[in-house]
Amino acid sequence: MKPLQDRVAALRPNPGMAAGVSAAPFAAAIAIALLMEHAIGPAVGLTWTKILLDVGIAIVLAGSLNVVNGYAGQFSLGQAGFMLVGGYAAAWLTFYGQIHFYDVCPNAVEIDIGDGKMCDPSTVEITKTAITCQLVECFSGKGSMGGFLGNGQLLFLAGCILGGIVAALFGLLVGLPSLRLRGDYLAIVTLGFGEIVRVLGQITALQPKDVGEIQNESMVGLMNNLGGSEGFSQIPDYTSAGTKGAMFWVFLFALVLLILTFRLKYSSKGRALLAVRENEIAAEAMGVDTTRAKVVAFVFSAFFAGIGGALYAHQINAIDPKELGFQKSIDLVIIVVIGGMGSITGIVLGASILVILPELFREFSEYRMIVYALALIVVMIARPQGIMGIQELWELPAWRKLTAKFTSRKKS
Amino acid sequence: MSDLLQTTINTLALGGLYALIALGYTLVYGILRFINFAHSDVVAWGGWIAFTVASALGFLTGGGGVLAMMVVLLITMALCAALGVTIERLAYRPLRKAPRLNVLITAIGVSLFLQNVGLLDRLFGTRPTTIVPVLPNTVLVELGSVPIRIYDVLTIFLAVGLVFALERLVYRTKMGRAMRAVSFDERIAALMGVNVNVVVSVTFAIGSALAAAGGILFALRNDLRLTADSTWVLLGLKAFVAAVVGGIGNVRGAAAGALLIAFVEVFVHFWITKLFAGTEWVGQLQDVYVFVILIVVLLWKPSGLFGKSTVEKV
Repeated sequence: MKPLQDRVAALRPNPGMAAGVSAAPFAAAIAIALLMEHAIGPAVGLTWTKILLDVGIAIVLAGSLNVVNGYAGQFSLGQAGFMLVGGYAAAWLTFYGQIHFYDVCPNAVEIDIGDGKMCDPSTVEITKTAITCQLVECFSGKGSMGGFLGNGQLLFLAGCILGGIVAALFGLLVGLPSLRLRGDYLAIVTLGFGEIVRVLGQITALQPKDVGEIQNESMVGLMNNLGGSEGFSQIPDYTSAGTKGAMFWVFLFALVLLILTFRLKYSSKGRALLAVRENEIAAEAMGVDTTRAKVVAFVFSAFFAGIGGALYAHQINAIDPKELGFQKSIDLVIIVVIGGMGSITGIVLGASILVILPELFREFSEYRMIVYALALIVVMIARPQGIMGIQELWELPAWRKLTAKFTSRKKS
Repeated sequence: MSDLLQTTINTLALGGLYALIALGYTLVYGILRFINFAHSDVVAWGGWIAFTVASALGFLTGGGGVLAMMVVLLITMALCAALGVTIERLAYRPLRKAPRLNVLITAIGVSLFLQNVGLLDRLFGTRPTTIVPVLPNTVLVELGSVPIRIYDVLTIFLAVGLVFALERLVYRTKMGRAMRAVSFDERIAALMGVNVNVVVSVTFAIGSALAAAGGILFALRNDLRLTADSTWVLLGLKAFVAAVVGGIGNVRGAAAGALLIAFVEVFVHFWITKLFAGTEWVGQLQDVYVFVILIVVLLWKPSGLFGKSTVEKV
């Protein structure tokens, strides 16, 4: 008989094969993201591209919250704070970085014609009624700095990752002390954190609008120039509708998050989180390190919230700390609760419904929010567990019946 | 010296305002164990209802005064109490047995509903306005060089009076005993013959009436803006922080927490700003102090300064 080691090794799956299987979903994610970019985006037109981008970003944000709120059962109201931190970090890198690393504005820009738009000084014409000029494209050029996967987009990718990392560090900072608290108290502390970040964002220094000024300051020196109460503006629009690569990046991040949360849910770590959600004391008695599990979930969630913040900032070209306060955190919690806490398909459904429906009723703007509020109350009274509950689409009895019919027909 | 007196008066006035609103949060949490996010909107409605009542009675165009103020105050408190009871009856009662997160989201739904219904032109609309003409902020007396204004006196008197009245109600009357019984254990209280629904309705009525008083006092010092304005949300948030810091569910704790939050926001902020007079951004930190105090207190005493710590069992 062969030694035990060899027998175990023989039972192990082929490492190459295993790596292939585990990488396959990510390859599929890239393929789907490319499909969204090149086929779906052009097919549905600009308005719907924008709505789809909103849905994708909402999936990233709500999906990240789902890990803390749905899996671990910890009620966090500070997700907008992580968005804000991540958005600032990414915008700092893409806005100042394009000038420092790639020198995108060779003409020093001197004239501000209002609205924060910059002129190319060689084209200024002053007439009796107005000042006209060619706007300098370097601050708001759609798809500027190289094409797909060009310098600009790589800088943007680095910005997203940086935003995620900075937000994750904040998550660790907030999570370590506060996750000792339970239930509503945790919600209040995370809410307090979000408000503190918002106020700190509002007291940062203004953003220099002059290229020369930016060039004279080092990247580190510019870390405090995040726009203050005016907000960080003129962020390159890598994820705005109509920019090349916008659909690709948004849906790549959304799909990667969905794959990771799916794997987490069915792994031992995820089951530990679900155990914490159901009963913390019982989970601890079963050997789950509950504090560690909660902090890890919190940091993971903060990382993707930071990325979501970066995507959001590059979509609307600006970060306004007033917009990313308590209300934004609440919006995300609503998506998670309506979709079904802990359900990945629920998040996708919830994000789609809550983004698309208000868009459809834009004409009735006066009554739109009233109807939305009433719908929220009615859903909570009629279906407290949300649309999906904790189940996934493929776990529903109706779906099983459907697929069973399909597979049995194949067999016969 | 005059700075010290002035900041003390400002602290007391703001603390009184926070206390009135914080009591609504704390009463509801003590009995139903959920954060009533719609409370700040009842406060906002209080301000707007006061405006509507005052303009209907003609107090805005002259004929104001302390008596007129009291009339407006009483009518507004009664209307807001009715509003609170209605909200509880329609939105929260069907969810009495549901998980708390659902009630919370419902509260958020109610909050959005109140904000946006208030924005309708037929109701309060979107124009900024004021209720100051009912009772202008005249100087009553000067202590040294510090003017004592009527709003400060009114706020402090109202807050102290209403807190004491509430304290008596909760600890000295039969209804108060029923409230405490429901807070302790709803089912046992029901078995002992307490009508839980009545108790909850009374709680909402009292909390909303106090919120109305808070809303009027706030509207006297600030222009009335939209019902959906973020200043109302921030006011509600800080009052809520006060309730939590004091130990949510505890009447005396809410008053103490409100004073502490006001102390940090006015007194500490004033002296720190004075200390760092050269740096401009220090002047914008008052909200940061409030939330830092919240986090520090909760990490030190997880159920607030006067809250009962509970032992969790499986």
